[in-house]
Amino acid sequence: MQFMLILNETAEDFARRADPALAGDYWGGWNAFIGAMAQAGVIVKGDGLQGPHAATTLRVRDGRRQVEDGPFADSKEQLGGYFVIEVPDLDAALDWAARAPSAATASVEIRPILPMPA
Amino acid sequence: MTAPPGIDDAARAAEQAARASYGKLVAILAMRDRDIAAAEDALGEAFLSALTAWSSRGVPANPEAWLVTAARNRLKNAARAGRVRHAGQAEIERRLTLPADDGAFPDQRLRLLFVCAHPAIDPAARTPLMLQTVLGLDAGRIARAFLAEPAAMAQRLVRAKARIRDAGLRFELPDIDDMAGRLDAVLDAIYAAFGQGWDGLDDQGGADALTGEAIWLARLVVSLLPAEPEPRGLLALMLHCDARRAARRDAGGRFVPLDRQDARLWDRDRIVEAEGLLAAAAMAGRFGRFQCEAAIQSVHAQRPITGRLNLEALRMLYDLLVAHADGIGARIGRAVVMADAGDAAAALAELDGMAGERVAKHQPWWVARSHVALLAGRPLVAAASLAKAIDLTNDIAVRHHLAERLASLRPVGTARS
Repeated sequence: MQFMLILNETAEDFARRADPALAGDYWGGWNAFIGAMAQAGVIVKGDGLQGPHAATTLRVRDGRRQVEDGPFADSKEQLGGYFVIEVPDLDAALDWAARAPSAATASVEIRPILPMPA
Repeated sequence: MTAPPGIDDAARAAEQAARASYGKLVAILAMRDRDIAAAEDALGEAFLSALTAWSSRGVPANPEAWLVTAARNRLKNAARAGRVRHAGQAEIERRLTLPADDGAFPDQRLRLLFVCAHPAIDPAARTPLMLQTVLGLDAGRIARAFLAEPAAMAQRLVRAKARIRDAGLRFELPDIDDMAGRLDAVLDAIYAAFGQGWDGLDDQGGADALTGEAIWLARLVVSLLPAEPEPRGLLALMLHCDARRAARRDAGGRFVPLDRQDARLWDRDRIVEAEGLLAAAAMAGRFGRFQCEAAIQSVHAQRPITGRLNLEALRMLYDLLVAHADGIGARIGRAVVMADAGDAAAALAELDGMAGERVAKHQPWWVARSHVALLAGRPLVAAASLAKAIDLTNDIAVRHHLAERLASLRPVGTARS
């Protein structure tokens, strides 16, 4: 079964990416996590995302574009990246999610991939 | 002389199988593709076709195996028709065509119980879900047992089943560590099933099977988690209650309250087993709700031996229960013990202080309030509470018993009004 791990991060997490004193630990944690998944052969696809400062949100209303800077909702946790993994069940997906660095600082949402209609 | 050959036999056999094996069969069928609702639908249809097939061809030697095969065929057809919304269609088909194991089904009920207690399921839905899928209770009865609205309960159950199907929960017994975390919900469900069976003991058939099923499941959990004290506590509690089964009605079928039961009718073997379980549970040195409730029943079981009911011990145990596992039942029990020990006014105040809506339709609260009010010298309150309790009582023998009590109160009541 395929699941998406939706990796949320806090503003502090995003700040650590570029902080010379903290970036080493930050990226080291992610590299270890991603390396473990790669070694287990569970990754279908995945990416890290630039922080919410780089987000642009678009809505089309009455045929007209409304473009805003920033993410669609202002909340304490923002999407920082995602992985689609192939594992037997939710419990196995939860075990991987628990190893993501952001699980300890923010949250990981786990969703099954919608199967193609038969 | 062309009476249909045994429609009645077929109906009876199907009904018996439904009562005795519903949960077991749902568990077996759902295990294959995690879809409890689909398993229930398929089983329902299998029961329907059993009625016609068994009346014309006779009841098969192994009705359970017949039902599982019929239900599996329906699941297979449903999968083919694309009605089962799943990834891995081929995988499901492959699993569905695995040979059925000749009626010697491994028991999947315990496994399904622990799946229903998965942390990814709404906590409020876990115990009701177990009662419906594993123990075969209908949503209406479950709602009553949980003092909830039937429509809300039905919706909660549907939502939980959709989640199990879609979210990809693991259908295996959890590791020992995770199992302990799910244990409370499993024990709650087993005890609720026992309570439902107990309340219906005067109906024929099914209820008896339910209390037996609950005891059997508790034994399984005890053997699965020997280091945990609470499964032993629960089993001890149920055995204590079950030991008094023969004493709860007199020769005329009338209800006999616990304090007037003939202790010679109690099943000594069950009491001895219960006491042994409780002692073994206590070795763990961890308080638990079921151990505490079993200890309360143990105090009642001592009455014929010591010649008196140890109210101080009961009061202490109920205080513990309220402190650690507060609930309506614990508070009602404590109030009754307080009143019996001479503290009736305080007990009445305690009962009346409980939140109104939760107790307004709770029969035991009204019975207790009547008992306590009478001891507090408030016969009118006692009579009014008893009348309300009678309204809320379904069991005919208990109704009679309460009506007799009310009749004995009335002269006092009318004299004062």
